[in-house]
Amino acid sequence: MAYSEKVIDHYQHPKNVGTLDKSKNNVGTGLVGAPECGDVMRLQIEVDEATGVIRDAKFKTFGCGSAIASSSLATEWLKGKSVDEAVKIDNMTIVEELNLPPVKIHCSVLAEDAIKAAINDYRKKNGLEELQFDESPIH
Amino acid sequence: MLKLPIYLDHNATTPCDPRVVEAMVPYFTNAFGNAASRNHPFGWQAEEAVDYAREQVAKLIGADPKEIIFTSGATEGDNLAIKGVYEMYASKGNHIITCNIEHKAVLDTCRHLEKEGAEITYLDVKPNGLIDLAELEAAIKPTTILIAIMYANNEIGTVMPMREISAIARKHGVLVFSDGVQAVGKIPVDVNKDGIDLMAFTAHKMYGPKGVGVLYVRRKNPRVKVTAQIDGGGHERGMRSGTLNVPGIVGFGKACEICLQEMESDAKRISLLRDKLENALLKVEESYLNGDKESRLPHVTNISFKYVEGEGLMMGFNKNIALSSGSACTSASLEPSYVLKALGLGDDLAHSSLRFGLGRFTTEEQIDYTIEHVTNTVNKLREMSPLWEMFKDGIDLNTIEWAHH
Repeated sequence: MAYSEKVIDHYQHPKNVGTLDKSKNNVGTGLVGAPECGDVMRLQIEVDEATGVIRDAKFKTFGCGSAIASSSLATEWLKGKSVDEAVKIDNMTIVEELNLPPVKIHCSVLAEDAIKAAINDYRKKNGLEELQFDESPIH
Repeated sequence: MLKLPIYLDHNATTPCDPRVVEAMVPYFTNAFGNAASRNHPFGWQAEEAVDYAREQVAKLIGADPKEIIFTSGATEGDNLAIKGVYEMYASKGNHIITCNIEHKAVLDTCRHLEKEGAEITYLDVKPNGLIDLAELEAAIKPTTILIAIMYANNEIGTVMPMREISAIARKHGVLVFSDGVQAVGKIPVDVNKDGIDLMAFTAHKMYGPKGVGVLYVRRKNPRVKVTAQIDGGGHERGMRSGTLNVPGIVGFGKACEICLQEMESDAKRISLLRDKLENALLKVEESYLNGDKESRLPHVTNISFKYVEGEGLMMGFNKNIALSSGSACTSASLEPSYVLKALGLGDDLAHSSLRFGLGRFTTEEQIDYTIEHVTNTVNKLREMSPLWEMFKDGIDLNTIEWAHH
């Protein structure tokens, strides 16, 4: 299977690899997937408390090239968005942007789940109610 | 000057040796006859070529030429042997013993027969990838008609104790079939010394062409018969109908002849390169060898690099180095390698494995390049891996509640 150029580019030059200080109140961390399934994503957001805008985002991913690209892209999209906007990122837009084949759609779902988990972690830390999400249709 | 890409997937297929191609060429054009045409020179010429190839093939495995049945490949040979014995020996019993790291061509054939009333025992393998001989013997029943155990495994390269297996089989009057695809032409295989009654193998894994294989069927002590699975003109002593692939068979014969002459020196040279590669890669932190280190093929090594995923890993160099992984993402089923799981590897290690299959034309320069690029990619991906970070922070990954999806 050949990868799209965008997947290859993110794989070769991943954006925002790293770790934020998860002890900070304005940092939300989402850890999704499982080693047995062959992919684990950790996505973190740092929120500007005054504006509610995501100031920084970092990821680390164990998985195939599509999983790495999906999380790299997600961090790019997260930066500069408000938390409320970020929660609306849909996995299918990641699929379209990266031209993921059907067999790799689960990578985008994982990225969406990681975003939501990071946001909920941030909300929880700040005394906000966790958002309830419908189970993603494709897993 | 190093030419890229480098091919290290010789367990999947091998290039044709130029000497093989040279031998084949006349049989496409001038000597194009049908080997079954008994009444004119075109047919005679083709038949003669097939007979010669049959001798070349037989010689490599210590068989009689009459015991060689040409097929389209090892999948067909596996099917013919197992289904053919099951049907032919139905009056004796319906029980077949195999093991759970066999090739799919054997496992799926067995599953198919289960639906038709066969009883199949799938032996587990030990963590080193070899079967337990005591377990094998204990599994034999009065209804057992066949033991089907591969000579060498395609993913990890372990070589099964065929002589011990066949001694047990013989004691109980059970036939032995072996999928010899990975072993024949790479290590000495002798059907008589090894006590094998049926064996399938294929040309394209030993520097011959694709689309031609052999099923060895013993004719003496005991005389073995299989029920044909393809009906037609009664070719190949009635066991496999269909016009013979004369150029392919000629190439297969030549490939066997070359293997017989060069196998020993090839194995010596290639195993040194394999050891160099393996030793260097096992120096990478948290890397593990899969399969037995002693009883194995000279040209294969299978290594897991913990905390990185195999497909992601290969993406770092697969434009320049061709190899394969036991990772789920490389298979259609999204399941990691059943062979590695059968060794007792956790799914995480199975996802993290790479198989390196060296060959006749592999050079030291290629191995040096591979060592450098695989090591660099492992290190790069670990910098990106949350699991590696947790491991480095001393977190036990088993204590984390993972969200399975």
